[in-house]
Amino acid sequence: MTASTLVSLDHVSKVFANGVAALGHFDLHVREGDFISLLGPSGCGKSTVLRLIAGLTEPTSGSVSWPGCNEADHRSEIGFVFQEPTLMPWADVADNVWLPLRLRGVSRWEARERIAESLALVGLKDFAKAYPRELSGGMKMRVSIARALSVKPRLLLMDEPFAALDEITRFKLNDDLLTLQSELNCTVVFVTHSVYESAYLSNRIAVLTPRPGRVIAEIAGVPVQERGSDFRTSMPYAELCRQVSQILTRNLADGGMA
Amino acid sequence: MTRNPLKLVLPLTVFVAAIAFWELYVRMAAVPPYILPAPSLIAATMKDDWPLLSSSLMTTLETTLAALVLAVIGGVALAMALSLSRIVEYSLYPFAVVLQVTPVIAIAPLLLIYMPQDVAVLACAWLVAFFPILSNTMLGLQSVDRNLLELFQLYGASARQDWRARLRSRLKAFWHLRRPAALPAFLAGLRIAGGLSLIGAVVAEMAAGSAGAGSGLAYRIIESQYRLNIPRLFAALVLLALTGVALFLFLSLLTRFLLRHWHESALPREV
Repeated sequence: MTASTLVSLDHVSKVFANGVAALGHFDLHVREGDFISLLGPSGCGKSTVLRLIAGLTEPTSGSVSWPGCNEADHRSEIGFVFQEPTLMPWADVADNVWLPLRLRGVSRWEARERIAESLALVGLKDFAKAYPRELSGGMKMRVSIARALSVKPRLLLMDEPFAALDEITRFKLNDDLLTLQSELNCTVVFVTHSVYESAYLSNRIAVLTPRPGRVIAEIAGVPVQERGSDFRTSMPYAELCRQVSQILTRNLADGGMA
Repeated sequence: MTRNPLKLVLPLTVFVAAIAFWELYVRMAAVPPYILPAPSLIAATMKDDWPLLSSSLMTTLETTLAALVLAVIGGVALAMALSLSRIVEYSLYPFAVVLQVTPVIAIAPLLLIYMPQDVAVLACAWLVAFFPILSNTMLGLQSVDRNLLELFQLYGASARQDWRARLRSRLKAFWHLRRPAALPAFLAGLRIAGGLSLIGAVVAEMAAGSAGAGSGLAYRIIESQYRLNIPRLFAALVLLALTGVALFLFLSLLTRFLLRHWHESALPREV
């Protein structure tokens, strides 16, 4: 059974006003239920892909299409997580999570259950009244994820969300994210520059060329249901990392820059 | 929260010692009061002249506070307009800068010609206090996390794209995001403006006073100088200093109260 396509990027190129070509002939078809990692060197346009999907910027040429739903519908079904937690320091955790709903006119009272659910999903239900400054880096990122979950997203866009975290916290959040995805049954497009993270999280890994970015190779990950509890130290995981690293290294050598 | 008692004890000790030294010096060296009055004489003058000084104090205080309130209204309104529209920013901001960099003492005589005296004094004080509020509020309104603005674009944008929808989404971002983000910078501007509005009021009163009218504390200082009533001059000066300190303390407390939950500047330092 093949899942239906949620969003398609076809022959997309993006040239910024300053003349920098971020993407060129970029093709990607995100299917329902995918966990796709976009892996590539810095500046290869990974974040631009997420911004294009979210409608925060327009492609210079090519198309971003949502088969099966209109422009207004898909926007309401996107959750976005940035590299930084990007929380409002003046608002407590619950109010930060409320933000996307608040912007859509949902009152605090109407949103209270959704806020509580989202916080429970990321394990922060006892921290609703805390202010961001009182939280650790990992907890702030959880709040950021809870905020993205508050809109019950069909598609979660994550832009190197764990890059600034320590290894232990990152491992924990990687596991939590996989659990969340299977519980919520949502689709994830995940930008990373970590081979190990992409191999651990994804069922599809799209390797991008240096700027202007395009997908040079797509590697299938190990499906979550086929993994053991010791996947991170298993041979299939090591083999996948080796394979992805090889493609990435070859790609960089061909592209002539790092 | 534990407070370091030295923070209060040390300046108080220095203050008391300085006053005691002053009093002793004046008495022992028999300095005439028209050169340097003793603190005790200044206190006595303050008590004797209180009806006159207090009414002057009220006049200066009224000018200062009115100027500050008007500077807040004008500065914030203009900063909002400038941050919502590039056209307004390009059209008006240079003039705000010109008004700021021209010394108020040079504008005061002109204002006194064109306006009734009390309005001219108020206008001078307003001119000095207005700019720090405008520039700080603008800085605050513009220092918003870009990612948060993108979140607003993602979740807050309307499907319609006419000018009304755009204005509505800008106002939404203003209210929910730019307004709270600008609060610390605005309050920093307010603290500066508090002191400046007093300075503006005094400078304008002096300019007006030298034209032979006025009843604020600055006028009392000029008048006392002409009459060689130096103890009264000192008493008026003390009242001005106390007004400045009270204004600063009030605005600092207000800042701490409004930012107490989240801003680093208002949080107790951990030891």
